[in-house]
Amino acid sequence: MISPHVITPYSSKLQHHLSGRFLLAAEIPFSLELLTEHIESGYVATKVGVIRQNDKYRCSRCSNRNQQLFYTFPCNICQKNCTYCRSCIMMGRVSECAELYSWTGPELIFPMPPKGMAWDGTLSDGQKTASDRVVAAVEQNEEVLVWAVCGAGKTEVLFKGIETAISSSKRVCICTPRTDVVLELAPRLKRAFPNVKVAALYGGSEDRHVAAPLTVSTTHQLYRFANAFDTIIIDEVDAFPYSMDTSLQQAVQKAKKQTSATIYLTATPSRKMQQEYRKGTLQAVTIPARYHRKPIPVPMMKWSGNWQKQFQKKQIPPQIQSWVRNRIERNIPILLFFPSIQVMKESLPLFQEIEPGLLAVYSEDPERKEKVTQLRNGEVPGLLTTTILERGVTIHKLDVAVIGAEHQVFAESALVQIAGRVGRSADHPTGTITFFHYGKSEEMVKAVLHIENMNREASKRGLLDV
Amino acid sequence: MFDLANLNLRLCLLCDQEITHKVSWKNVLMQEPEMLICVECFGKLDPISGELCQICSRVLSAEFRRDTLCLDCHRWEQDPKWQGFLTENRSLFHYNDFIKESIATFKYRGDYAIAEAFSSFIKDALPKLAFDSIAIIPLSSERLLERGFNQAEALVVTAGETCIQPLTRIHSEKQSKKSRRDRINLPQVFQITDPELVAGKKILLLDDIYTTGSTLRHAAKALKLAGATEIRSLTLAR
Ligand SMILES: [Zn+2]
Ligand SMILES: [Zn+2]
Ligand SMILES: [Zn+2]
Ligand SMILES: [Zn+2]
Repeated sequence: MISPHVITPYSSKLQHHLSGRFLLAAEIPFSLELLTEHIESGYVATKVGVIRQNDKYRCSRCSNRNQQLFYTFPCNICQKNCTYCRSCIMMGRVSECAELYSWTGPELIFPMPPKGMAWDGTLSDGQKTASDRVVAAVEQNEEVLVWAVCGAGKTEVLFKGIETAISSSKRVCICTPRTDVVLELAPRLKRAFPNVKVAALYGGSEDRHVAAPLTVSTTHQLYRFANAFDTIIIDEVDAFPYSMDTSLQQAVQKAKKQTSATIYLTATPSRKMQQEYRKGTLQAVTIPARYHRKPIPVPMMKWSGNWQKQFQKKQIPPQIQSWVRNRIERNIPILLFFPSIQVMKESLPLFQEIEPGLLAVYSEDPERKEKVTQLRNGEVPGLLTTTILERGVTIHKLDVAVIGAEHQVFAESALVQIAGRVGRSADHPTGTITFFHYGKSEEMVKAVLHIENMNREASKRGLLDV
Repeated sequence: MFDLANLNLRLCLLCDQEITHKVSWKNVLMQEPEMLICVECFGKLDPISGELCQICSRVLSAEFRRDTLCLDCHRWEQDPKWQGFLTENRSLFHYNDFIKESIATFKYRGDYAIAEAFSSFIKDALPKLAFDSIAIIPLSSERLLERGFNQAEALVVTAGETCIQPLTRIHSEKQSKKSRRDRINLPQVFQITDPELVAGKKILLLDDIYTTGSTLRHAAKALKLAGATEIRSLTLAR
């Protein structure tokens, strides 16, 4: 192809490596000479890694401004006292004497794939409405929230939109807070789009230098992008760390192009997002029903006295005890959510007196994955856990109880996500979810309302089988 | 001025979490040393204690010892070429997953602040060792330019001390690829740049990890042949 604007030749390998990226010299496997040539001809731009302004430091890569997360050391590279960012240190050190490189030359155009999508599944009515909305957002570079209940089948909702983007040479990124999700999503996307290169990015992944029309990435890996994506899809937008970390929000802003589409996905939008949706400043589409067209089980609230005190006395509150015994007798797998690791660990032996096979899973548990698999395969009768399993875990048949549901760790969103574990499969669309408490919290009431509202809307829109 | 609010806001240098530090009048008035790491991280460190090898401070086990020495040190000391060069090594923590990860972030990601996280432990250990000067194991110049600092020097400096660099590296190959015999038989790993820095002095070598002890023994030998009187070493982990 001949472009009239291009006068000086450039390295297309470097263009592939650097397009849409924001990288340290150590992350660019090309000679300094080649880089310098491209800088001189205006095809590569550099930016100082850590900028000092009015005595405050700011990281150019991760936008960190927390002064406690900068550190000054005697640097052997610049022979000065040099300040670096500790917030993104796991991706290699960005300091005052380090530069970040980006491509400013001719835009990298990905060739259109011969045949886009291989996926030919069917969408539920609710999915279809959302899918159409996503396609429109991609075409018109809009921002839209897809508010889909747990079990709605949100990934399928994206396929048509991704196909639309890719077939017009648009670069797409799906980002998610969790590496597990990247690992699960990448092969599904490869199967759905067999002619499209898919890059899976997470800490330590092999694809980190791959320029692809379709990228699946952890939110942190977005730091290495700038001005890259025409369509960016943010999964679990309300989940940690995206919602907690403003620097990650800035990373999303930086990673997408100025004119681009943004699609937010979640079952539990933050209060701020819900407000924006009600005010009409944020476009949204809801999928209030599950793929299998059965309503979401509504949580039951059960008073269980001062559970904390009873656990301290080495007793399980009787209401909880009979709930567990009942499920064990009927061979129904259970998940018990605890407000803290400590309470969970202390009460595990008590529950094991009822059923010795019960296990506990906590966030730093090296066997976390294995234990969940054992529950899924029916090799373990149940698990005790903390909020770490509130998302992503899908078990065929399950009853769930939250212990101390009034505790502050159980926000509305956490409770809705936990309730969302129940009744996921078409074979077992029911199942029970119980909030054991010592005085109802506002968040508990809101969570129940949230689920009831979704079921009501689903029924009104004819998305449920009666 | 003493700022009470600031005392609470300090972030742990290892995990970035706020250090919830009880502010009492006692520790304000007595100006207790500021905590650099949080209780959780502190709890993940595993200090070396028990019955230790007289030379290298490895925990002695029944099957891996000869009297007061571990089998490794016994073998080194039996060899006339290596006898008596390293008087004593102190290592502070067992090389568990937690410290392994911290040291990796420190060295390979270049997070210099981690040296400061461990500075109080180094400070505490120094008075228990007899020395005139602290020397550090040098890095190759490529490595130094890549990393931006020498990790041993960072540990010395953040502990408020100064160090000398009397050694340079002759061989830069990765030592981990060699067998023990190869390492012992290497003619020389280090060269002395300035014998006057060490002649007649007790030297303390400082490094991050004690692995096989061969690097420290090579350095000790070079220093002693240059006239140093006693060589001790201190490492963060082993
Ligand atoms: Zn940063
Ligand atoms: Zn520097
Ligand atoms: Zn900590
Ligand atoms: Zn020993």
